[in-house]
Amino acid sequence: MSSPAPRVGVTVASPRFARPAALVGRNLMVQKAVPYVWATGLVEPVFYLLSIGVGIGHLVGKMPGPNGAEVPYAAFVAPALLASSAMNGAVYECTTNIFDKLHWAKIYRGVVATPLTPRDIAVAEVASAVVRSALYSAAFLVAMAVLSGTRSPWALLALPCAVLVGLAFAACGFMSACYMRSWTDFDKVMLVQMPLFLFSATFYPLSVFPRWLQLLVEAAPLYQGVAACRELCLGQPSWDIIGHLAYLAALAGAAMAISTRRATKLLTP
Amino acid sequence: MTEPLVMARALVKRFGNFVAVDHIDFDVLPGEAFGFLGPNGAGKSSTMRMIGATSPRSGGELRVLGVEPDDYGPQVRARLGVVPQEDNLDTELSVSDNLYVYGRYFGIPRRQLRQRVAELLDFAQLAERAGDRVNDLSGGMKRRLTIARSLVNQPELLLLDEPTTGLDPQARHLLWDRLHRLKRSGVTLLVTTHYMEEAEQLCDRLVVMDRGRIAAMGSPRQLIERYVSREVVELRFDDEEAPAMASLVNGLAPHTEALADRLLLYTEDGDLTAQAVARRGLKPTNVLVRRASLEDVFLRLTGRQLVD
Repeated sequence: MSSPAPRVGVTVASPRFARPAALVGRNLMVQKAVPYVWATGLVEPVFYLLSIGVGIGHLVGKMPGPNGAEVPYAAFVAPALLASSAMNGAVYECTTNIFDKLHWAKIYRGVVATPLTPRDIAVAEVASAVVRSALYSAAFLVAMAVLSGTRSPWALLALPCAVLVGLAFAACGFMSACYMRSWTDFDKVMLVQMPLFLFSATFYPLSVFPRWLQLLVEAAPLYQGVAACRELCLGQPSWDIIGHLAYLAALAGAAMAISTRRATKLLTP
Repeated sequence: MTEPLVMARALVKRFGNFVAVDHIDFDVLPGEAFGFLGPNGAGKSSTMRMIGATSPRSGGELRVLGVEPDDYGPQVRARLGVVPQEDNLDTELSVSDNLYVYGRYFGIPRRQLRQRVAELLDFAQLAERAGDRVNDLSGGMKRRLTIARSLVNQPELLLLDEPTTGLDPQARHLLWDRLHRLKRSGVTLLVTTHYMEEAEQLCDRLVVMDRGRIAAMGSPRQLIERYVSREVVELRFDDEEAPAMASLVNGLAPHTEALADRLLLYTEDGDLTAQAVARRGLKPTNVLVRRASLEDVFLRLTGRQLVD
């Protein structure tokens, strides 16, 4: 039998970016082992697009687009589904998973004993969720082009935009997981996520709401993604997009900062 | 003199108002096996976590491998191995992937790591279980895997928090054997335990901890010589309460301790004392003459038993 003969002097240097990358590698390894989890995230938005965009689209007909010109309902709703599925995927990926690893599986207790810091863990988990959400979004964009007849080259820019939505919500998901005490707390996440999905001008234009509700929706995070993706996918970009993206980036940054603080408290008491 | 691998001076850890570690001083020298003996809640694990750079200190001085663990966390952890009290293996990965992924956290290159994983599987006697899921392993196997995992980065200092708690005697002896082997290969061991047998088996030097403080420090032999006598006569009583009998053995031994169900007589010659007990006409249900252990040291220092 061989003895590992550990000797003094083996100092493993790991550059800053390499530390979270090792945990992202771990997550990919686990996901490769359960391929069906990949399928759900792809299939869900496509089902929405078929049932609501194409199905209800037959009854609804046309909708006013961002610049007022009428567009087919499927083309109107598809970019919103792109943004919402980026949100749903990221939140799902981050909250339940992270809570489990934090409190039940205690995986992170082992991880913080290595050179990785709680910040590295937050970065890695959010990055893993973003990678996954980006793959879903890319696949959905293809499905969208086929099913709703999206043709504008601007639509390609909807991908990074959806990735930013994924980033912002993954960071928010990690943050909420850090504050949860039990599984029932997930109902509170649903309580936020569900209205965001339904009311962020996802299925009809903002103009149907009374003014006060419009203001509320315009201040909500998912609306930024829906509005930006819609303008890009319909080939009608405006300068507003810059504002939407800045909002999402700021949300991501704030959520990451809070996540890091909270995770540090939890994991290195 | 060789520089200590760990140096603590007036080290304090507070959680809110609770003082878990209360101004302790100690040095751990390269190559030794150093133990923290004490009951649950004595502050052993808190001390270990501060040394392991996963818990900031609340006061005092601490140097690990020559630097402040609070300032150089990743660098310190890169050179440590940690076996936590509770197994925290990655249940979503196989046995060998647990080692592989953990090695990646230390930035070990893939090719080098694959060879290292094979060595560690051998060391932990888990080569046949390499592809199994972690949850299918027995408690002893999980513990061995956790120890193997802690060695993936070839640590200079290995921190073991209650390494054999919850294991059956056979699994425990197998683990002790692995730890002795590591020590011979030059790894410095830091062990917390509430088993005196474990402390006696593994540690060159140890501190007895109680309520966040160090009650005594020395080698197991030194502590026994300093705080208790060579031998102990245990008198077990059936009906009467042992404490009530305490006055009847007055003068038979330099020191006696009364527990709920038995009397302990600390003496240099157990057989002579046992005979004296018989001459006095006492009729305990059981008389046991044994060598004094660290359990006796703990009892003497704190007035309490180590394991209830």
